[in-house]
Amino acid sequence: MEVLVCVKRVPASGGTPQLTDDGQRVDTRNLAFTVGPHEECAVEEAIRLVAEHGGAVTVLSVGPAEADEQLRYAISMGADRGVLVETGADELDPQATAAAITGAVRRLEAERAPFDLILFGNESPDAGNYQVGVRVACALGLPIVGGIKGIDIDDGARHARLRRDVPAGVEVYEVSLPAAAAVKEGLNLPRYPSMRGRLRARKAELDELSARLPDAGAGTGAGDIDTVPSEIAIGRGGLRKMRLRQPEEKRTETVVLGRGPEAAPAIVDILEELDMV
Amino acid sequence: MLVLIEHNGEVAASSLEALTVARAIADDLGEPVEAVVFTAGTDADPSGPTLGGVSAAEEEALRSRLERLGVSAIHSVAHPELATYSPERWGESLAQLIRRVEPSAVVAAGTDRGNEIMAQAAARADLPLATNCSAVASAPPDDPGATSQNGAGAQHWRLTRVRQGGMLLEDAELAAPVALATIVPGSAEPNDDATHDSSGAARAGQPMAVEVFEPRFDDAFVASRLVERTTRDAGVSLATARVVVSGGRGVGSADGFASLEELAKLTAGAVGCSRVVTNNGWRPHSDQVGQTGTKVNPDLYIACGISGATQHWVGCMGAKAILAINTDADAPMVDRATYAVIGDVADVVPAIVDEIHRRAH
Ligand SMILES: Cc1cc2nc3c(=O)[nH]c(=O)nc-3n(C[C@H](O)[C@H](O)[C@H](O)COP(=O)(O)OP(=O)(O)OC[C@H]3O[C@@H](n4cnc5c(N)ncnc54)[C@H](O)[C@@H]3O)c2cc1C
Ligand SMILES: Nc1ncnc2c1ncn2[C@@H]1O[C@H](COP(=O)(O)O)[C@@H](O)[C@H]1O
Repeated sequence: MEVLVCVKRVPASGGTPQLTDDGQRVDTRNLAFTVGPHEECAVEEAIRLVAEHGGAVTVLSVGPAEADEQLRYAISMGADRGVLVETGADELDPQATAAAITGAVRRLEAERAPFDLILFGNESPDAGNYQVGVRVACALGLPIVGGIKGIDIDDGARHARLRRDVPAGVEVYEVSLPAAAAVKEGLNLPRYPSMRGRLRARKAELDELSARLPDAGAGTGAGDIDTVPSEIAIGRGGLRKMRLRQPEEKRTETVVLGRGPEAAPAIVDILEELDMV
Repeated sequence: MLVLIEHNGEVAASSLEALTVARAIADDLGEPVEAVVFTAGTDADPSGPTLGGVSAAEEEALRSRLERLGVSAIHSVAHPELATYSPERWGESLAQLIRRVEPSAVVAAGTDRGNEIMAQAAARADLPLATNCSAVASAPPDDPGATSQNGAGAQHWRLTRVRQGGMLLEDAELAAPVALATIVPGSAEPNDDATHDSSGAARAGQPMAVEVFEPRFDDAFVASRLVERTTRDAGVSLATARVVVSGGRGVGSADGFASLEELAKLTAGAVGCSRVVTNNGWRPHSDQVGQTGTKVNPDLYIACGISGATQHWVGCMGAKAILAINTDADAPMVDRATYAVIGDVADVVPAIVDEIHRRAH
């Protein structure tokens, strides 16, 4: 069973995001990077599926050269190989991202074996476009369901059951393989990399591809195809990020009710006031 | 302009918001608003607002409701293959409808299902999609900022998207022959009566047209199939509880949650937690509050030993009031809370429980 997992390099800070002066991106000079929790679960699930059904796990990231860090992390967890599609420092729009992934998948499948399952996060933690997986699946003619929190593979029948939570309960979908799924945290509990895994990841050879947009101003958009043969051809999508900004936050003055257990009566006063006890 | 309506007989609140936003844009452009309703389904999710089949009587009620909401026509999407939900089939249907109607824009609610169907439609119609927008406006054609991205026939839109679960806003430009956008829940005051336009004038009282649209699927159409649906019993759920007693790393262990559970029981609330807690295996992921967990909006959120990282904060910032219990007076959660107690969770929470018991006697 060949499984591909798509992961995006994103800033990991838990603090209020500080922006660069031009408002184009989050100031990451002092930040660590990570992949989103949904995607970490996708990597974990792929490793478990391959352990059970045989095959290999490939992780793929579209982004700057530094995204090799996230690919190596996935390899340290147990993924077999990493593919970096280098597109430079600027975040691509979702159509271009999907085109880069689709192009890379076609190349990898032509060179090696076709993928039986392609996993995405339900949404990227920074941009949250909720669509890259769907666009890739659609371009490749694969079925895809989002929000997945359970995957069962039936090897013999070549199909999978995908489970997700919805506001009212649980839904189960059946897809025939090859298929894609966009998964959510809660699917599993991702492992921590072992020391051996870390060593292996440090030495791992990554496959490098590149994808480039047509030169700014040169083209008219989605139809443009870049023709440098070694690069994956992608066009610019119709959504363009102009500026990031912080939302206005209504600051409340914090009322300190006290220190330690002596504050309990004041808390219960509030609970009574709100008619909660 | 088309608006995708999620309903279970009654129009979903999130769709009402999307309709309100669409209404304002359409008024601006002098365009009518038309609804897209999937009507062929028989698997209407009984307890959640979803697209799906409804009885004739419900459909009639839905029609008059949409008419009052200022909708001038309904596109009723019907096909035997749509009887059960499939993201691919529903998205393909919408893409085919877009090709037929050629609207200026399609707007849907930024719910899981709304985003899923719109992403499918966008991929199939090869159009850009801006998800989770808090504002959408048509940009004037001579706007120098609106450069041509998508060639001839592209219209230009200015919009604001929510990123990082709400910690950042993105001002963006959309250039496309048809603009596709979803509206993040909570971004508009739903307008219940749109029989008058923004200037107060009554809209032309033409009877609403209902047009049935039957999509086509060839035999090789690739789609996932919904094979099972189970309904949860409606207990106190994290998403709807009036009180959420939530614990973070400061609770220390799975056992440490015993007093939080007791407090939740006494207040008829639900227990929540941070990601550190689920990662440690102290609580199931279904309890997690935050960007990759559940978003809650209780009257009171009690944050016990939670630092208040942005990814947690976006999950609880909808609470009316927050009580932070933390040993660190400088923790971001303490800074942003309505009330704070500086102290050890292991001392403070049992003391609250004792005090409630004491007063009950
Ligand atoms: C993409 C992404 C998505 C994420 N999604 C989520 C999410 O959905 N939900 C989420 O919660 N996190 C999420 N996180 C993780 C988040 O950034 C934080 O790491 C996490 O919220 C921290 O959890 P915590 O507050 O329990 O732990 P810590 O940050 O370690 O804070 C512990 C707090 O407890 C206090 N404390 C310690 N001991 C005691 C005691 N005895 N009594 C009282 N107080 C004490 C400390 O002062 C501190 O403030 C996400 C991260 C990323 C990168
Ligand atoms: N730059 C990227 N590289 C690899 N995968 C990506 C990238 N961007 C998005 N994805 C995948 O698509 C999912 C959904 O992203 P989005 O549509 O941006 O919410 C993510 O969780 C990833 O699995």
